[in-house]
Amino acid sequence: MQLIRCPWCGPREEVEFHYGGQAHVAYPDDPAALTDEQWARYVFFRDNPKGAFAERWSHSAGCRRWFNAVRDTRTYRFLAVYKPGEARPEVAS
Amino acid sequence: MSELASGSSAQRTPPGAHLPEHPDFLWRTPEPRRTYDVVIVGGGGHGLATAHYLAKNHGITNVAVLEKGWLAGGNMARNTTIIRSNYLWDESAAIYEHALKLWEGLEDDLGYPILFSQRGVLNLAHSEQDVRDSVRRVEANRLNGVDAEWLGPDEVAKLCPIVNVSADIRYPVQGATYQPRAGIAKHDYVAWGFARRADAAGIDLIQDCEVTGFTTDGDRVTGVRTTRGDIACGRVALCAAGHTSVLLDMLGVAAPLQSHPLQALVSELLEPVHPTVVMSNAVHVYVSQAHKGELVMGAGVDSYNGYGQRGAFHVIERQMAAAVELFPVFARAHLLRTWGGIVDVTPDASPIVGRTPYENVYLNCGWGTGGFKATPGIGWCMADTIAHDEPHPHVAPFSLDRFTTGALVDEHGAAAVAH
Repeated sequence: MQLIRCPWCGPREEVEFHYGGQAHVAYPDDPAALTDEQWARYVFFRDNPKGAFAERWSHSAGCRRWFNAVRDTRTYRFLAVYKPGEARPEVAS
Repeated sequence: MSELASGSSAQRTPPGAHLPEHPDFLWRTPEPRRTYDVVIVGGGGHGLATAHYLAKNHGITNVAVLEKGWLAGGNMARNTTIIRSNYLWDESAAIYEHALKLWEGLEDDLGYPILFSQRGVLNLAHSEQDVRDSVRRVEANRLNGVDAEWLGPDEVAKLCPIVNVSADIRYPVQGATYQPRAGIAKHDYVAWGFARRADAAGIDLIQDCEVTGFTTDGDRVTGVRTTRGDIACGRVALCAAGHTSVLLDMLGVAAPLQSHPLQALVSELLEPVHPTVVMSNAVHVYVSQAHKGELVMGAGVDSYNGYGQRGAFHVIERQMAAAVELFPVFARAHLLRTWGGIVDVTPDASPIVGRTPYENVYLNCGWGTGGFKATPGIGWCMADTIAHDEPHPHVAPFSLDRFTTGALVDEHGAAAVAH
């Protein structure tokens, strides 16, 4: 089991966390203006890279707060963790 | 001779002794030619079955199957071999029942033993809602001509005496759906059978050949770039399971796929104790006993996206806990091996099959945790789709554009694997 560093609590065991999928997916600015295809993109389509991926995690069995992480989907290694609202950090995978 | 002596291990047939010998020759190892009518990307079960039916049903044999690793070494070698067709919706019942009918004749078709054993599958219900959903699914199955029965806990115990149906466990068994024609097959033999027949028909199976890009001309793909050189082609079929997104990214095509690790495990060899296949959504484990005697188990996907063909051990721990609760007799069985595959999961737990924005590229992906059971059915339908440049009626409902039209085929219940 790997340790995941919660930006508020520090390193904790993986079982304390809940996965939230791709990060930085913003709600549409003008939802009424979206075509069906654009809605489909927003609702169903997410990136699925083999390599560095910015994603959301929740420390659900700890402080219960959400944060973001960049993780390598090949090795599962966490490359960076950062708080919501912060920009995705530049990391080499 | 005393009973004890006759039962001694020295005189007993060793496990697996009844299994067929491995054949001396399975397929050629050809050099890739520079051009093919059809290139199939992915030498797993679906790719090999597509190749077989292209040759058998349509006489199309100028075909290459490109495999980045070794033939059938991905999910085809890693699944838990469960075959069934008891899905809820008409669209799913049609494709999976088509597959099941093909499974029933596959050994003859391939001229190869696949050890298809129709020992039935029980899908357990553990709550009132489970019961309602399960009974609904049984009725839906019957309307679609799929064999299905609803069994109470006593009947479950009669069919599979090792299931704990007592009322004093955390999630008591309240009944189960039963599909008698469901079962298991020997996955490797299935792959080898398809590969052998495709090879005999003249199709080139090319291993260690990774696709690294595509050459395009407008809305047509003219060839694939590979680690063994460029290969021109008339049509392309993508059968790459967990790596489909990697290929689609090369083409600039988006699909709602997420690749997850899915783990499975086997115990050491045991005496035959488990006569059927048992799946439980709520407690969450699925178990059968392989022909040699290993207990084969799996459960839900690891939660995060991953391409690593391995997962976290706490996921294994949870499914072992579920297995021991349902089958107390397993408490002393030893875990022998665990492994993982990469499954491509879709938002509605149904596959994505058919056309792409490129007119000569056909997509077959999104089978998630349940692709093995579909192998002959999807091979048949993909071959038909490629040959006629028109999605086969069984795959037409699974088009990529259903996420825009909203015509989803939600099989999260019948998929029986959490994701």
